[in-house]
Amino acid sequence: MADQSLISARGLVKRFGDFTAVDGIDLEVAPGEAFGFLGPNGAGKSSTMRMIGCVSTPTAGELRILGMDPVRDGTRIRARLGVCPQLDNLDPDLSVRENLTTYARYFGVSRAEARRRADELLEFVQLSDRANGKVEPLSGGMKRRLTIARAMVNEPDLVLLDEPTTGLDPQARHLVWERLFRLKQRGTTLVLTTHYMDEAEQLCDRLVVMDGGKIVAEGSPRALIENYSTAEVVELRFADGLDSNAQYAAKLDGIGERVDPLPDRVLLYADDGDAAVAEVHRRGLSPASVLVRRSTLEDVFLHLTGRTLVD
Amino acid sequence: MMTTLVAARISVSPGRVGAVINRNVGALRSGPSYWVVLISGFFEPLLYLLSIGVGVGALVGDLTFDGQTMSYAAFVAPAMLAVSAMSGALAETTFNFFFKLKYMKTFEAVLATPVRPFEIAVGELVWAVIRGSLYTAIFLGFMVAMGLTTVAGALAAFPATVLVGLAFGAVGMWVSTLMRGWQDFDLLGTGQFALFLFSGTFSPVQNYPVGVEILIQLTPLYHAVELVRALCTGIVGPGILVNIAYLAVMGVGGLWLASRRVEKMLCL
Repeated sequence: MADQSLISARGLVKRFGDFTAVDGIDLEVAPGEAFGFLGPNGAGKSSTMRMIGCVSTPTAGELRILGMDPVRDGTRIRARLGVCPQLDNLDPDLSVRENLTTYARYFGVSRAEARRRADELLEFVQLSDRANGKVEPLSGGMKRRLTIARAMVNEPDLVLLDEPTTGLDPQARHLVWERLFRLKQRGTTLVLTTHYMDEAEQLCDRLVVMDGGKIVAEGSPRALIENYSTAEVVELRFADGLDSNAQYAAKLDGIGERVDPLPDRVLLYADDGDAAVAEVHRRGLSPASVLVRRSTLEDVFLHLTGRTLVD
Repeated sequence: MMTTLVAARISVSPGRVGAVINRNVGALRSGPSYWVVLISGFFEPLLYLLSIGVGVGALVGDLTFDGQTMSYAAFVAPAMLAVSAMSGALAETTFNFFFKLKYMKTFEAVLATPVRPFEIAVGELVWAVIRGSLYTAIFLGFMVAMGLTTVAGALAAFPATVLVGLAFGAVGMWVSTLMRGWQDFDLLGTGQFALFLFSGTFSPVQNYPVGVEILIQLTPLYHAVELVRALCTGIVGPGILVNIAYLAVMGVGGLWLASRRVEKMLCL
């Protein structure tokens, strides 16, 4: 039982009329894992999350959540899930604390216990001083933390987070990440979607890259970078770039493992970035700016799909 | 298979329905604006009763209804009571329900929990009827105090007003799942006002030409007024069984359609 998957999908499909949002994906999520769906908008991440959350019925394929069938046992499964949706749907008619206590009642948690959990969770997401206030004046980051607290109110076995930090400023994002990291340390299984590479790298033990409803790669962030990219990436910008980046790319051919011309810059994939830069200068090219950096999941995604991740 | 699916859809957990109601109680307690809505819904029919029932009644004098002579106010009051039950429940299941469904995304959050669409519909309807019944209970108190019905009549009429609330609340909920935007509510308001004027509220329907009379007898508020008036005045005939059946079908059908629409809209 210990190694039984919390989520198991085989050939999972979701269609809306003629449009195929999820196009036959397979996945397994083990207890205690932090699992991520990385992909651009429209990749099918949210549709997959809604099927896992048992609010959307799969069109085809097999799906088991917590060992149960989401169509037949939806109520029993949802009782053990915590869901943090992409857009906050907190209740503006209720206070911050009541948002948690009221939500707990939907899970059959007693009044006294709901209040105890609410106070504990408000402490956890650092909103205790706002407990009696309204939801509306809270900042985006605070609302997001409250939504995460609400997802924890039934002490779930599995927490689903759909783009947990989209739209937040950098400081608010880091605070959310830090709280999610603590949940992970406590052994809570997290499943999240994101289109931020840094978020996936920070939080996920394992992730799948989705594009056009399909899974195009799977592995740990490190393994994906190792398999689909090089240790370092050199970003070159040329003063007269834009239209002529393809020509520059031809002149750079053979440096490093791969050369990728983008509209605004040329990427050189090389395990030794500095050596690659030296070679660029040796060939008589003088880019306006040179940046040597570590490879990220963005590079993996670019390599797999030919497009940048955030559109 | 089909019957188990149907059974699964309509089986409800009282705890989860209670949680849906609990949310509305919480919202009521934390917002002063809500009390204003609650009070305004009560005063409207009372003002009509005083202006038309008592004011115009002084000009009209007594009238004979089903062979019994009564004051005009005693004729109009039960109709205002039925209207009060209708509008109390409707206010909740149209405006407030629509707002929670479309703008506040309340039900999206609720459907991520074990609560199911049918339980949301039942909870919202029960809450709407509790609200409507608060109006009707106070209104009945006024009627008894003004000598427009007896205590026995009031006690008999109260459960009927609950049925009226269930019937209109359920259908209203279904209609609000079909609303495209706030503009559509103007249409609903017009319809509600037409029912209010012509459902045997201010004059017996027998006063109209036969064609119009039959048309009115097909509309819902007519049945609500007939039932409530029969119980308030004590002139009870077998016709109330038709009224009860009509309202019961509205309640069950509206609830069923509303929960199916919620599921279609939110569980894609």
